[in-house]
Amino acid sequence: MIRTKKIRNLFATPYLSWAIIFIIVPLVMVIWYGFTDSDGALTFANIASIARPEFMKSLGLSLLLSLISTVLCLIIAYPLCMILTEKKAGKAGVVILLFILPMWMNTLLRTMAWQTILEKTGILNTFLNFIHLPSIYIINKPQAIIIGMVYNFLPYMVLPLYTALSRIDDNVINAARDLGANKFQTFLHVTLPLSIPGIISGITMVFIPALTTFVLSQMLGGNKILLIGNIIEQEFTQAYDWHLGSGLSIILMVFIIINMVVEAAFDKSDEQ
Amino acid sequence: MSRFLKKLYVVLIVIFMYAPIAVMIVQSFNQSKSRGHWTGFTLEWYISLFSDESIMAALRNTLTIALLSSLIATAISLLACLAIRQMTKNTRTVVMGITNIPMLNADIVTGISMMLLFLSMGIKFGYGSILIAHITFNIPYVILNIMPRLNSLDNSCFEAARDLGASPVYAFFHVVLPDLMPGVMSGMLMAFTMSIDDFIITHFTKGAGVDTLSTKIYTEVRKGIKPEMYALSTLIFGAILILLLLLNFTKNGSRKKNKTGTNAPSIFEIAP
Repeated sequence: MIRTKKIRNLFATPYLSWAIIFIIVPLVMVIWYGFTDSDGALTFANIASIARPEFMKSLGLSLLLSLISTVLCLIIAYPLCMILTEKKAGKAGVVILLFILPMWMNTLLRTMAWQTILEKTGILNTFLNFIHLPSIYIINKPQAIIIGMVYNFLPYMVLPLYTALSRIDDNVINAARDLGANKFQTFLHVTLPLSIPGIISGITMVFIPALTTFVLSQMLGGNKILLIGNIIEQEFTQAYDWHLGSGLSIILMVFIIINMVVEAAFDKSDEQ
Repeated sequence: MSRFLKKLYVVLIVIFMYAPIAVMIVQSFNQSKSRGHWTGFTLEWYISLFSDESIMAALRNTLTIALLSSLIATAISLLACLAIRQMTKNTRTVVMGITNIPMLNADIVTGISMMLLFLSMGIKFGYGSILIAHITFNIPYVILNIMPRLNSLDNSCFEAARDLGASPVYAFFHVVLPDLMPGVMSGMLMAFTMSIDDFIITHFTKGAGVDTLSTKIYTEVRKGIKPEMYALSTLIFGAILILLLLLNFTKNGSRKKNKTGTNAPSIFEIAP
């Protein structure tokens, strides 16, 4: 459509200059702050600070909780998506709509509402006591944060998974059954491998946000449970130690890059 | 029997998704401000909502920032996509790689990196800084919605228009843009929703004076959420429900079966 390089470059300039100023430069600044101290001298102290016991503890907790939540999301979403793909498109569409609608509601408020449900005298316990069951005290514990993570991120697992599963040609499934495979074998050797791109996509969209959240742990962990996201947020908004905060962010970015590499590896093997 | 189990599974998950929303809706009619107890039905929160200046200001900010940032992001992205189409493969890979960064990066890293940038560039925190941040994370979503659409366009319509004497600009606006509209619209809608719900990035780039709905809710969590917030959320929920229902039923008329013979709902295009 664009015939000359001049016009192409003209059109590209707004975006490219924006990207350089507001995407590249900020990241470079984080890296710069992470590797320097307050005098401007090069140092690895910020990165090495991750080895501090309290930081290690919260990084470990963040990894644990986000991994558990991601696996839970996958386990819950997969059967759901399989059920949905069996339905006719209209009915499946309604259920998907039901899933998307909560995503439009403010995340903070929905998480707040979970507080109300999980509180000591909250709705869940009121209901349990009503049917003569003992109260459950999950609020302000890691379990509550996991519930919050699964609740917030389940749609992000369902959508790519459903897309991947619904793209599987029925004929392939039928061919496998015709060739003698039973339902379980068909699932294991046909459906599951073909759905892997959706699984990887879903994992990426759940794991990283779960790993780096600080809102969920603040609201459902009662400010006592510090995840790595909380620590970084505090360094920037309360302690004003940007160097330390940036150093910790660089550690986080390592996890993000690992995730990207894994995703790219699956992409490549898929093409082959 | 298994049909019943499948239905039960789907219903349970839908209940899980809507439990907090139901809590919010009920609470918006609760006479008592405390969350655990119901003291009576009232509409007073809905009325006092519209006279609460701080909430109204936050709502105005949220809506205008979302609208402006998605419009500006769409304009920049449209130009960018036209240019990217004409780039050599290597340049395109680099540019698309840069485009993916805000999407792949954790919100907290994007937020702190922009905060560091604004601080060192001397840009004052406020409405403008939030707007810049929102435009920055919106652009990738719009580009990723327009690019596939643009790539699948046949250039011959444009060429034909030019042959018939149209200027490039006329041909673009009357031939190409109408074809691109679905991608442009879904990109803009996605940007709008990303902007409305954003908390983390706004949290780091807002400074003291300005609030969006998300940050307003966050500051209120400590003090106890005003019931007016629940009223507002219920109203938003109702509005979105109506909107999505309308959208779904108009898209239903023009749906075609895709290649594999399955009928993946087109609702995905409007998922936040």
